[in-house]
Amino acid sequence: MEKKTNHMHLCFDARTNNESFARMAVTAFMSEMNPTLEQIADVKTAVSEAVTNAIVHGYTDENRQVEVVCDQYDKKLVVMVVDHGIGIENLEQAMQPFYTSKPELERSGMGFSFMEAFMDDVKVESRLGIGTKVTMSKYISAE
Amino acid sequence: MRHKYEISGIQMRYHMPKEVDQHAAEEIRTFLEQMIQTAQIRKLVFDFAETEFMDSSGIGVVIGRSRTLGYYGGKVSAANVGERVDKIFQASGLYRIIEIEEA
Repeated sequence: MEKKTNHMHLCFDARTNNESFARMAVTAFMSEMNPTLEQIADVKTAVSEAVTNAIVHGYTDENRQVEVVCDQYDKKLVVMVVDHGIGIENLEQAMQPFYTSKPELERSGMGFSFMEAFMDDVKVESRLGIGTKVTMSKYISAE
Repeated sequence: MRHKYEISGIQMRYHMPKEVDQHAAEEIRTFLEQMIQTAQIRKLVFDFAETEFMDSSGIGVVIGRSRTLGYYGGKVSAANVGERVDKIFQASGLYRIIEIEEA
């Protein structure tokens, strides 16, 4: 069992302009793990997907809060993106490639697919009316 | 957001920004939809020369314009696709829908 070596907890408005901020914060947090450029880009993409989902789907009010929690376990980075919003009614359907509940917003339905492609492990927990938590992990090492 | 583009007849070359996420995609989509209608654009080239980051929202914007132009018998293509954007295109299967412009 790896030991937790670092932790951060971020809380911000559910506004799309904060997507960039969230990506930068996680990039900065993981920088001391000596990631390759590709690993940084992969994590940034996955974080962007999860945060965007929380903002676009989780909430209708921009003043609600999205949380990003990062934990460093030696060489493993764990990122959690949490919202206390609407929750996902059918999780299996939501995670299907190309499925989106908001086609009118031009959502490509690939958020979860991208998270799974770019992180080592993705776990989604959700309850209607309570919220959604996405936990993703990736082993980080300089090549 | 400042939009960088060139128009020549029915073709528009739109320069995608450094980061294409949901926030950028919303503005790009609104702008391009307006231009397609008012300037009667039928060929749209997305130039990714400056793009260092893109997530699936960027894919959404490209697919959306591909559909709009499709209704008019037009075409969408991508240019200067760097390594990162290429990886995103591959993960999304976008290469099956749009072409890469020959330099």
